[in-house]
Amino acid sequence: MNQAIAPKAETAKVDKAGGMSIGQLLLEGRAFFALILIIAVFSYLSPNYFTVANFLIMASHVAIYGILAIGMLLVILNGGIDLSVGSILALCGVVAGAMMQGVELSAFGVILYPPVWAVVVLTCLFGAFVGAINGILVAWFRVPAFVATLGVMYVARGIALLQTNGLTYNNLSGRPELGNTGFDWLGFNRLAGVPISVIVLTVIALLAGLMLARSAFGRWLYASGGNERAADLSGVPVKRVKITVYTLSGILSAIAGLVLSSQLTSAGPTAGSTYELTAIAAVVVGGAALTGGRGTVRGTMLGAFVIGFLSDGLVIIGVSSYWQTVFTGSVIVLAVLMNTIQYGSGARKG
Amino acid sequence: MSEPETKGPRRGDVVLSARNIAKSYGNIHALKGVNFDIRYGQVTTLFGENGAGKSTLMKILSGVVQPTSGEIVLDGEGVNFTSSTEARDHGISIIHQELSLAPNLSVRDNVFMGREIQGATGVDFAEEERQVRLLLEELEEDIDPPTPVEDLRLGQQQIVEIARALSIDSRILIMDEPTSALSAAEVEVLFKVIRDLTAKGVSIVYISHHLEEALEITDHAVVLRDGTMTAYAPRAEIDLEWIVRNMVGEHYDLGSPPSGYAFGETALSVVDLTVADPNAGFNLVDRLSLDVKAGEIVCIYGLMGAGRTELLETLAGRLKPKSGSIFLEGEEISSLSIADRIACGLALVPEDRQRDGLVQTMSVGENMSLASIMNFTRGLFTSRRIEQSLIADTIRKVTVKTSGGGAPIGSLSGGNQQKVVIGKMLATDPTVLLLDEPSRGIDIGAKAEVFKLLAERARTGLAVVFSTSEVSECLSVAHRIIVMHKGRISAEFDSSVTKEKIMAASGESVAA
Repeated sequence: MNQAIAPKAETAKVDKAGGMSIGQLLLEGRAFFALILIIAVFSYLSPNYFTVANFLIMASHVAIYGILAIGMLLVILNGGIDLSVGSILALCGVVAGAMMQGVELSAFGVILYPPVWAVVVLTCLFGAFVGAINGILVAWFRVPAFVATLGVMYVARGIALLQTNGLTYNNLSGRPELGNTGFDWLGFNRLAGVPISVIVLTVIALLAGLMLARSAFGRWLYASGGNERAADLSGVPVKRVKITVYTLSGILSAIAGLVLSSQLTSAGPTAGSTYELTAIAAVVVGGAALTGGRGTVRGTMLGAFVIGFLSDGLVIIGVSSYWQTVFTGSVIVLAVLMNTIQYGSGARKG
Repeated sequence: MSEPETKGPRRGDVVLSARNIAKSYGNIHALKGVNFDIRYGQVTTLFGENGAGKSTLMKILSGVVQPTSGEIVLDGEGVNFTSSTEARDHGISIIHQELSLAPNLSVRDNVFMGREIQGATGVDFAEEERQVRLLLEELEEDIDPPTPVEDLRLGQQQIVEIARALSIDSRILIMDEPTSALSAAEVEVLFKVIRDLTAKGVSIVYISHHLEEALEITDHAVVLRDGTMTAYAPRAEIDLEWIVRNMVGEHYDLGSPPSGYAFGETALSVVDLTVADPNAGFNLVDRLSLDVKAGEIVCIYGLMGAGRTELLETLAGRLKPKSGSIFLEGEEISSLSIADRIACGLALVPEDRQRDGLVQTMSVGENMSLASIMNFTRGLFTSRRIEQSLIADTIRKVTVKTSGGGAPIGSLSGGNQQKVVIGKMLATDPTVLLLDEPSRGIDIGAKAEVFKLLAERARTGLAVVFSTSEVSECLSVAHRIIVMHKGRISAEFDSSVTKEKIMAASGESVAA
């Protein structure tokens, strides 16, 4: 081809007056306005919605999806997708649960009870390991991301089920004489009234945002997502970037798994099922392009909150949970439609 | 197709007339009141720099785009095309500049896309193949109709695009840069086809940056500049200088080899480099050896398939050689990655800037700083201040016309985009700069600026190697001209050589 299929450039839709029209402003900040709208509508429909207590509860629900969504954002920015985050979440929860029950070393005839901080670190490393498998499949073996992560999704879920035989690890609160208490700290505790999970989400979001905006890696990520060949020729280590984003997604899935099993004080192999779809939805509603190279942490957070506040709002006003899926689905389609309008077909110059 | 009847139009009669056509995209006025006539059985060439409005005008005539104002008069009646299909039904078809083929489909399916021949039990593939074979024979191209288009060379793909337009049997055929990827021999065949068509009464509108080529085939010339028609004349009254004067408004000169300084040490040394074709058995680059000194500008001339791009991409680190070695300032770099080679001082400006040179989702500034990120990273984070000064510096040095570093890269013209890619590589402070067809698809003004830039940098010690398929570019700023043919160096000349000698050495037969 004279000019091969390349992502189209953004057009600045400027009206005749020369400034940004209202329509353009609404489009750019659509996630934000949607959130305001949702809060307004549900506050009107229910007196319990607009309270600090409710917001904090809803926020702690959003936290898990939000953590997954940040990992998903990194992968989508690179032009890929990670369908395995829900399964990695479950598998890591199960791994943490197994470690909390005690690791039996029959060779030495001893049962090891790692302290909670060690469990957290080891679980995150395990999540990184599974994520790295995704990354290597996609980067070195050139398996399409959809297929590779789909496969890992099934395998991880299967391993979790095998590990627990379909049952759940229940006593994750630990015993003081074994020195491994504190697992429920992540899920239940609050710092200055704010649930720990929300704080974890905030810290992760800030770090991720900083990395994307101000580090060399962030620049590499946007470049290889926007045009991998051009990035490669410009000296960007595209393979390394690819493996890293999937690894980071794995670590974040592990953290989300820890937060969830901490909230429930139990780790089950069926946890996190379909969470990957909500994560993708959050990223898309937040304005990221599924083709790669466009998206921000701020947008993804707004997307996660839009979906979360919408779902919880529907629960509060007593709408059937089946309607929730209809609403969530419609929001996603609408979001992609608007993304297409915003990034639409610009003039491709020679 | 109309046969010449006694009552029909005669050669030279106006069949289609564009009157006062204007087209605006918001604040941007692409066309401002253009008058344009297409004549029966004649070739009218439309000249103009990038951004002058040529493609926009052709899109209006072929129904792809609606004019903001003005009218089109066909056979004395005003018409309004709301789609390219409607224009096609009136007998107007267009060969686009950007190839619009589906790479996963075969040649046959592409030629008949949207107009499949229906048989008794579905599509009549046999009949389609027969017709495609005839067309390809006429174009003297040996391509098997079931071949998937993505397996073809760029030049062959362009010929398939031409075949598709020819199969439509139109009365007005618009060709937008149809020869950009063709060899001289293929161009001659195309011109033969054009002469056959005009003899049958077809009117042709021809757009090309290859001015000398266009002069060979055209009956009339129209020049567009900044959306208005600046000149119109029949062939007998024009020459190359006339065209350029009306396009650019002043004389142009691609420059001459920079002199007045001595070359430095050998910057790049290629020894017996061989690159194999992964699909076929032959070598794309065959035991090639080349030395380039600091401050020297070397031009590599060759046809499509000579191996120029493969050579440059192997030097840059994208392709793996089968054997041979590459030395940069005496150090062996054959095992280094692309990033490491850039760090050592060897950088490539690729041929296809959309596919390999620019990240379309990033701004002008971000594209420019992409290869030098480590230069402005302090510790964990990038320094905005250092980056902005790097961008401003580079914009100045390569004279990019842009509203600023924050502008989206798609807002720039082709020539300025090319300068961004060159600026990006220059910002890495290379010792050797490789450029693959640096002037492809950019207007003369930008071309001259690019070559001037290369000459200036050569003076400061940069070794430059650029490849081209336009003979006149070889005789601009290059100190030495290398001709490649089938993966080998077939000849080497200094800057005093003639065009004919260059073309003879490349295996191109000069038309009798």
